[in-house]
Amino acid sequence: MVRGQSTMEPIIEIKNISKKYKIGSRQERYMTLRDGLVKFFLHPVAAIKALKKNEFWALSGISFAIAKGEAVGIIGANGAGKSTLLKILSRITPPTEGEIKISGRVSSLLEVGTGFNPELTGRENIMLNGAILGMRKKEIEAKMESIIEFSGVDKFIDTPIKHYSSGMSVRLAFSIAAHLDPDILIVDEVLAVGDAEFQKKCLGKMDEVVKKSGRTIIFVSHNMDAVESLCDRVVLLKGGRVIGDGKADEMIEKYLGENRNFFEKKWDENSAPGNEKVKLLKADLLSRENQPLSYISTATPFRIKLEFMNYADSIDLGFHVRFFSEDNIIAFNSVSPQKKYNRGLITAICDIPADLLNTKKYQVAVAARADYAPLYQIPEVLVFDVAEGGAEGLAIKFPGAVRPKLNWEIS
Amino acid sequence: MNTLIIKPKKTFSFVGDLKEIWEYRGLLYFLTWRDLKVRYKQTAVGVAWVIFQPVVTMVVFNVFFGKFLKTPSDGIPYPIFVYTGLLFWQFFSQSLSDVSGSLVNNKNIITKIYFPRLIIPISNVVTAFVDFLVASLVLAGLIIYYHYTPHLIGLVILPILVIITFLAILGLGLLFASVNVKYRDVKYVIPFFIQILMFVTPVIYPASLLGKYSKILALNPMTGVISTARATLLGTAPINWALVLASLIAALVFFAIGYVYFKKTEKYFADIV
Repeated sequence: MVRGQSTMEPIIEIKNISKKYKIGSRQERYMTLRDGLVKFFLHPVAAIKALKKNEFWALSGISFAIAKGEAVGIIGANGAGKSTLLKILSRITPPTEGEIKISGRVSSLLEVGTGFNPELTGRENIMLNGAILGMRKKEIEAKMESIIEFSGVDKFIDTPIKHYSSGMSVRLAFSIAAHLDPDILIVDEVLAVGDAEFQKKCLGKMDEVVKKSGRTIIFVSHNMDAVESLCDRVVLLKGGRVIGDGKADEMIEKYLGENRNFFEKKWDENSAPGNEKVKLLKADLLSRENQPLSYISTATPFRIKLEFMNYADSIDLGFHVRFFSEDNIIAFNSVSPQKKYNRGLITAICDIPADLLNTKKYQVAVAARADYAPLYQIPEVLVFDVAEGGAEGLAIKFPGAVRPKLNWEIS
Repeated sequence: MNTLIIKPKKTFSFVGDLKEIWEYRGLLYFLTWRDLKVRYKQTAVGVAWVIFQPVVTMVVFNVFFGKFLKTPSDGIPYPIFVYTGLLFWQFFSQSLSDVSGSLVNNKNIITKIYFPRLIIPISNVVTAFVDFLVASLVLAGLIIYYHYTPHLIGLVILPILVIITFLAILGLGLLFASVNVKYRDVKYVIPFFIQILMFVTPVIYPASLLGKYSKILALNPMTGVISTARATLLGTAPINWALVLASLIAALVFFAIGYVYFKKTEKYFADIV
């Protein structure tokens, strides 16, 4: 699907790009030569077969073109292939198939502050990071004062950055990035770090770059507000394929429609679901410190807090949380102990440990039972995606509705 | 405007690589500059450390191998004999060990930014070469102290010896560095390998000690480098051109093997490092 905004020659042309990973090289991230040799000599056939079998297509058949001056957002759920696509565009990893034609100087920001060295001063790190990002020495020298001013860490610019707070390092890193002057700027989820105010300043600067000087920008983010304010066009990825390409607001709506998350729900007494005996007023997904969460990974322990209004006296009540994974398969069900209650508010908290859920979308249904008989089940009370919380950049999916971390004894 | 084509990499060209490295020379400069700056900042003694290390080694070797073991040294006073060897050896061993770990140590850059990956190992060798130059000052002092007159032809030979050392380091280093990306246990083998290698290189003894077996030693490029460096700098023996040539060829073979293996595996570095 090509959707050039003008009749101009595209500045980037992506043609049928696919990328295959060998799962083995990802899963057992660090092989040892010893194990490799042992495996190969003891079970040569199995070793070769295993190599062939464990393949995983992170991208398949991606095609689209970008015209000069366009700001294109790339969005999609975890594992949709956004980062892989950016890595191929940045030439960090080659595609397995396909071809990309780029006409112009590219700078990619997959991270800010790449190569920062704690022993070097702020000024020295500007030189180093600038060079890593592809700036020429003269260019860095010319922009030095402007970078220092933008970062707001001018007082400490000749201090080794090991003495900086993490906020200061991030500001310095962003400031260098904001002074890049390429034809095409590729930006990954880098805005997720740093304080909100400075993030805004950077977004503003990037917006300026695109709108005023006609630069082309490719922007990946989970922050839909940022994508919408910066990009006119959005490419939506799912499972390594392009499933949408069009106006930013339409694509974001499409994405959110498929991926709506509910980390909390609240009703007033009239509209609350349930029955005349007991109603569900509120459901929250909280951290163990009882703070609201907006992101859950496989490594996040969390709790589900339910508030019920009970209208009956002397009633035996029990509650369920039921986790459904995609395709409405019930992953598990947890039951509270049954107890006698009188009229009033009931708070029930269920703790979910880390390393139980898989990297999936889950929806939680809440059910109640009274006097040992089921009362009702309320579907889709909470809906959320679970992100990979294990090894960074793990590209594989484990099968199963859950992914518990269990104890193994090997002998 | 130049157009860039990204597609599955199947071929590589040496000339293309040289061109690209030249294009990225700014990054090569800054990576070298970083390594030097950080090292000299971290150690309190700074530059002195670069001299201190070979000098102390020389003193210890002189006491044990020179005085007590009475290692023959082709009639050259043992301190200057062993220092000439150590100078080249430490350049070789230090940068070989740095280069071998270089890809893994710079994984944060490799996984985030594109640049010719060869820049990283090369920058490590250049860094070690700066140390080599600093440590050479001590040798110059020793030459004056012992009243030696270097061969004038040294002006031609020394650069050749440095080039041979470069090629030998890069050859073995590129191989180790790429293998190390995939198999992390290799890093434990490398120091052991380098240590063994020192004993089959005429650092503390002259190659002549081996008599007719010294020809086998010539397969090790550092043999020719160190023997020729002694002959040239101390002017005690005629220059054995055949040995220089043998070392050059051996180094080129090492380099070709390391380079080809590096290029073959390079595209996956970012995926598995």
